[in-house]
Amino acid sequence: MAILTVNHVYHTYFSQEVATEALHDIHFSVEPGEFVSILGASGCGKSTLLSIIAGLLEPTAGDVIIKNHDQSTSIGYMLQQDYLFPWKTIEENVTLGLKLLKYHDLHAKDIAKELLQAVGLPNIEKKFPRQLSGGMRQRAALARTLAVDPKILLLDEPFSALDYKAKLKLEDLVCAMLKSYEKTAILVTHDIGEAIAMSDRIILMSAKPGAIHKIFDVPRELAALTPFEARTHPSYGAFFQSVWKELESLEHSTSS
Amino acid sequence: MNIQLLHEQYKALLRKEKRRIRFFQLLIIISFIGLWELASQNHWIDPLIFSAPSKVWRLFVEKWSDGTLMIHVNITLFETVLGFIIGTLLGTIIAAILWWSPFFSKVADPYLVVLNAMPKVALGPILIVALGPGMISIITMGAIISVIISTIVIYTAFIEVDTNYVKVLQTFNANRTQIFKEAILPASFPTIISTLKVNVGLSWVGVIVGEFLVSAKGLGYLIIYGFQVFNFNLVFLALMIIAVFATIMYQLVELVERKLIKAR
Repeated sequence: MAILTVNHVYHTYFSQEVATEALHDIHFSVEPGEFVSILGASGCGKSTLLSIIAGLLEPTAGDVIIKNHDQSTSIGYMLQQDYLFPWKTIEENVTLGLKLLKYHDLHAKDIAKELLQAVGLPNIEKKFPRQLSGGMRQRAALARTLAVDPKILLLDEPFSALDYKAKLKLEDLVCAMLKSYEKTAILVTHDIGEAIAMSDRIILMSAKPGAIHKIFDVPRELAALTPFEARTHPSYGAFFQSVWKELESLEHSTSS
Repeated sequence: MNIQLLHEQYKALLRKEKRRIRFFQLLIIISFIGLWELASQNHWIDPLIFSAPSKVWRLFVEKWSDGTLMIHVNITLFETVLGFIIGTLLGTIIAAILWWSPFFSKVADPYLVVLNAMPKVALGPILIVALGPGMISIITMGAIISVIISTIVIYTAFIEVDTNYVKVLQTFNANRTQIFKEAILPASFPTIISTLKVNVGLSWVGVIVGEFLVSAKGLGYLIIYGFQVFNFNLVFLALMIIAVFATIMYQLVELVERKLIKAR
């Protein structure tokens, strides 16, 4: 039974001059505990789709169904940059969601402490974001997202602003955290390697209007590994090639 | 290569430059006062109109010791501080309302432009008729002169807050009050503080003009009274005192700014 179903979603942006169709008949579902990547060139409507799933944007047609849960409280969202509030301490940042969702939980501080420990940032509760490096800040943002215990995590290119080493480490950390807390995740990315290394399934989107072009199942031997190990596995290269070819053909068909 | 020695040399260089700057700053003020005194003594300028530092000083000592100066200073300071606090606070509140309702903000836009372009001191006579020739009119003057520009600047800061902070809060189901409290207002604090700095100067303008018109008490009154009885010693004394206190207020706001900015 799917935890999330995106049910024939269409979205169109309107301006004075034009109506731009951003999403065209997007339909897929995600199983509990599954990691799905949405891969596509910039401008293919990936972020629009994520905003619709998160309930921040009302689709023009279609709907998003989440099993047994209210859309707004069961979804966690991680952005391209950390967007930690610079005037709040790390602890205040991590407990922000708990405070806003009125979980009158006396243990908010304990939750923050435990999560920060889990993401590898012990003893920094009282520090301010500017005192941390980019990778550390993104890990604190992960802790903030997980603090409200969402069922589904939406990751909007959360690794794209990091340097390569920090990116590889954070990919492993996010994967491990999602497994240990049994979360379902949807990652939006334009990085084929990242999509292969992290996911169970890859949804390839074509642009203008954004539509599902093809869905790949990541080979089981790759999906079982950590992202870092997957990148060095013998079958990674071949699978990369097949996704790459599909992406290339997509570009040629739209540009010609 | 001795890094410590080089560092000492570098610091000595900085100290030397600082001393040079201080020297020239002092030179300017001393020669200005000296030249003024000299020109007045030798009747190069009319001492009746341009007074002289020594005369201003004697008047200051006299007025200070009989306590009349203090009364005027206190009144003007009170009016200015209050005018500037009310102006900034009201500006922030109106900006918050504009942010709250984009529709209202669009409706209000042309009115804000007109009110901003309008010279507020021109409203002085109407204020005095409406609110009476007293402190309330003067404080209102000190406030309205800064309220519209504060509204515009702070509202602009509100709408320029990175929408991704709002997005973070929306994913936690935050309502508009929470978004304002958690993101919009704290993100705009630096702008609000910098309008505070501008408003210090504006409120002095409003209050002095108000005191010109009401002509009962305060440093503005001393200026207009000195002008009417042709006692320019009094005019210059009032000007000097305004310069000193306006500077002190500005420095205080800067101190608050440094404290607040340091906390983030």
